[in-house]
Amino acid sequence: MKVAPSWYLVLSALLFTIGVAGVLIRRNAIVVFMCVELMLNAVNLSFIAFSKLNGDLNGQVLSFFVMVVAAAEVVVGLGILVAIFRKRSSTSVDDVNLLKG
Amino acid sequence: MNPVSTASVLAATTAAQRAELIIFVILAPVSVLTALGMVLNRNAVYSALLLVVNFFCLAVFYVLLQAQFLAVVQVIVYAGAIMVLFLFVLMLLGISNEDVLKETIRGQRPVAAVLVALLLAGVVWALFTKPFSGAGVDLNRVANGDNVRAIGQLLFTRYVFAFETTGLLLVVAAVGALVLGKRRRP
Repeated sequence: MKVAPSWYLVLSALLFTIGVAGVLIRRNAIVVFMCVELMLNAVNLSFIAFSKLNGDLNGQVLSFFVMVVAAAEVVVGLGILVAIFRKRSSTSVDDVNLLKG
Repeated sequence: MNPVSTASVLAATTAAQRAELIIFVILAPVSVLTALGMVLNRNAVYSALLLVVNFFCLAVFYVLLQAQFLAVVQVIVYAGAIMVLFLFVLMLLGISNEDVLKETIRGQRPVAAVLVALLLAGVVWALFTKPFSGAGVDLNRVANGDNVRAIGQLLFTRYVFAFETTGLLLVVAAVGALVLGKRRRP
């Protein structure tokens, strides 16, 4: 019995779903960010599994670009979080309600 | 062709496949459990540390899938830089043990559970109806035994415009973080 790339695809689907559940459930904005990172990593895993499945290195390059964009996204997102924390002294997403009607 | 060497090559590949199976069977539950723990833990620092473990598991999976360069990048960029950034911000803002189980919007949890179950069912259904059942291709042969060189060649030929654009993106992100973090003096 050997590990087929489709096993990694199922694992990636599971990890992505856990990330989605975290974004929907958690209210601490930092943890929500971590869940977004988890989702990005799950997608990276499926990119790399497809790359192995098809014998094509383009999937790995695309996964590399996802990592770069994730790094940029984390930097800006955490900057926004710190700026919000200075104004509201809270990291809960429920406290950011200025646009609430 | 020497039959002895063929037999030893066969034995070596099956040993490698057995090793891959053992590593996958151990690390796949670890990655899922750390992800679940990350979501359900009420202390954000523990969440961050569990996520680091998860990223290391993913790096091992990348090695198993013959993406050696990306495994190294995963450890350096994700487990190193990004998670340190997360922990820095946690340290800066202080930890508040929020009550994970308290709902602020009534009925949010059941709706979220239904949506998540639908998503998982949809993705798994798509995976099993589409025939993604190949055994995989030896990527080391595709890359002529040098994963880093092959990826570098792709990056600087076919994807060179996207690669230069990511440089611009990183500069914009750095400047943006600087502007956001700056305190305005009256």
